[in-house]
Amino acid sequence: MKSDPAPQELTHEEALELYYYMRLNRSLDELLVRLFRQNKIVGGLYGSLGQEATSVGTAYALAEGDWIAPLIRNVGSLLVHGYKPRDIMTQYMARVTSPTQGKDGTCHFGDLKTHHVVSPISMLGDLIPVMTGVAMAGRYLGQKIVAMTWIGDGGTSTGAFHEGMNFAAVQRAPLVVVLENNQWAYSTPVNRQAPLRDFADRARAYGITSYTVDGNDLVAVLRIAREAVDSARQGHGPVLIEAKNMRMLGHAQHDPAEYVPREMFEYWKARDPLSRYENYLNQHKLWDEKEKAAIHARIERELAADLEFAENSPFPPPELAEEGVYCNGCHIIEAQWRRPKDELMPPKSSVKPEWTIENFGAMETGAAPAADRTQPQGSAVESAIVHATHTDRKRKITAPASRRAR
Amino acid sequence: MPPVTYLDAIRQALVEEMDRDPAVLLMGEDIGVYGGAFKATAGLLERFGWERVIDTPISETAIVGAAVGMSYLGLRPVAEMQFIDFIACTFNQITNFVAKSHYRWGAPVPIVIRGPAGGGVHGSAFHSANPEMYFVHTPGLKVVYPATAYDAKGLLKSAIRDNNPVLFFEHKFLYRRIKEELPEKDYTVPIGQAIVRRPGRDLSIVTYAAMVHASLEAAEQLAREGIEAEVVDLRTLLPLDRETIIESVRRTSKLLVVHEDTRTGGIAGEIAALVTESAFEDLDGPIRRVTSLDTPVPFSPPLEEHFLPNAARIAEAARDLARY
Repeated sequence: MKSDPAPQELTHEEALELYYYMRLNRSLDELLVRLFRQNKIVGGLYGSLGQEATSVGTAYALAEGDWIAPLIRNVGSLLVHGYKPRDIMTQYMARVTSPTQGKDGTCHFGDLKTHHVVSPISMLGDLIPVMTGVAMAGRYLGQKIVAMTWIGDGGTSTGAFHEGMNFAAVQRAPLVVVLENNQWAYSTPVNRQAPLRDFADRARAYGITSYTVDGNDLVAVLRIAREAVDSARQGHGPVLIEAKNMRMLGHAQHDPAEYVPREMFEYWKARDPLSRYENYLNQHKLWDEKEKAAIHARIERELAADLEFAENSPFPPPELAEEGVYCNGCHIIEAQWRRPKDELMPPKSSVKPEWTIENFGAMETGAAPAADRTQPQGSAVESAIVHATHTDRKRKITAPASRRAR
Repeated sequence: MPPVTYLDAIRQALVEEMDRDPAVLLMGEDIGVYGGAFKATAGLLERFGWERVIDTPISETAIVGAAVGMSYLGLRPVAEMQFIDFIACTFNQITNFVAKSHYRWGAPVPIVIRGPAGGGVHGSAFHSANPEMYFVHTPGLKVVYPATAYDAKGLLKSAIRDNNPVLFFEHKFLYRRIKEELPEKDYTVPIGQAIVRRPGRDLSIVTYAAMVHASLEAAEQLAREGIEAEVVDLRTLLPLDRETIIESVRRTSKLLVVHEDTRTGGIAGEIAALVTESAFEDLDGPIRRVTSLDTPVPFSPPLEEHFLPNAARIAEAARDLARY
């Protein structure tokens, strides 16, 4: 884990904007707990208390046009990526005004056209191959996008995680996977998922780059995420970031988490990511009391307005249950081409269908990680990478758009 | 034009769709350099290149998952299961991610998952199955299973152009055993439409895939005995063409459902329920079914022949039904 970064890493505006998202994530969570206790939430409520810096810091590293697939605790990532508190409130309250119109709850929602957010499903691991496909499609279309998704310590035990990581690695897909090690998978501690001190070690099996970062240090998370996103965008393949943090509540509101040693909560409470970031801003004099108060006032105002909206929203009409199983005349997603299509059409697309095999698999050649090896001539990746490099020479990679542009 | 096999019809559909639209690409195990276990994709890598014909690791969940992600950006991936039996490895991805995507959050998944299914080639328990009903039970999917070269090509084109996920079952027994002349011009066969393969007045045999041919053979034998059987080829199992089934039963008053899938939970049960709900008063006899046994597909030829339905058994059941 790295020490506190130099303050010049963040501009004044970025520092304040990050605080806005951190505080908004925390305040929205607190509000949702109140709503749960008032019986206004339908079903379970899954908290993100203690995990805000990981959600906010990783998503903040992305640029306009990038894709994310958050898990249900990544409320901060959804907020950074453009969703509003009302979207999350109406989802949890099962109202027709929610992004899914009440068809699904929690943070199980997304949007292909505007936000570029892929909805999670409850079966963990499945998002990794899906986001591998998103990353591959972006490259195929000549877009310079990065796909980012999150997985818990427990989720890495699934077969889908392995298949997805391995395929992304073989394809050198521009994918960043944030492995959020929050110490608990429901009631099962992390050492019962895998006998690893650092889950980032899983990356070695895929021959890809990995980092371990203090997930409660927002600035460190952001720094590592930016490095990972840049690397993926430049075509160096997927990156795995392990962010260590702590789920500070039970699995959901029904779960008092009595299986967690009290001292463990105390240990992590002393490392609360929001307090740490406030200290950082104070220490580096990146804000003043007036600015802090203004952010708090803004959040209070926005949450009140969104809560009013959510509470005044109706439930969906029962007949809506029958609609939307199939896409019949629904909106169609048109591919956004950023490269000449004829590169992918005969005769230009024509290749010699032969593998190039190096060293014939002999033992004496040593075991370099796959990512370090020269890609075989016949791999699917090769032409894509060649294409990317070729384009780079002519056209500079567009700098990530500013967050404020959103 | 020379006649085209069922297998070549599939390859033609892929080539023509890939020529038409660069958003169409293929993923699967051994489909590129090798051209596929059955050579359904032979020559496609050479024509379309590494980016459009992607040899994958042995990872069915990754293949289907990546296809989903690609479709979210407007691509039209066609994923091959080397044998359709292996679709079980990606069951969760298909039934939970793919099938529910549009309903839950409005994200259509225009992908095709295709692969060789069915028995009769001594492929044993893991290379012969007909797992279509797992997916027919899953709202949000479309399931097609053609019986002819013409339909294989036309339905595969429809599947690629459809905005919903389509599971495209190919019967491997038919791959090189049947052939017919196909139109030179682009054509499609609509998903969700059954077809009457042979008209008849005495009973309806509703079936699909390889059993269409066994049923037609049985119908020829029955005709020599004075029994005129109507043979309905479902072609699509989900959505089911209820009208064509009901209309046929109204004409003949008797229904025999034939499928190569195992008996319990096969589509015959669903069709029987549908007909009793919608055409009970038109029936002049019990609804009968001829299916495989409720066992895994056995290996040794006498065992597999005992397991599978055939023309003789279909004719026997039809004779029995015609007596009512």
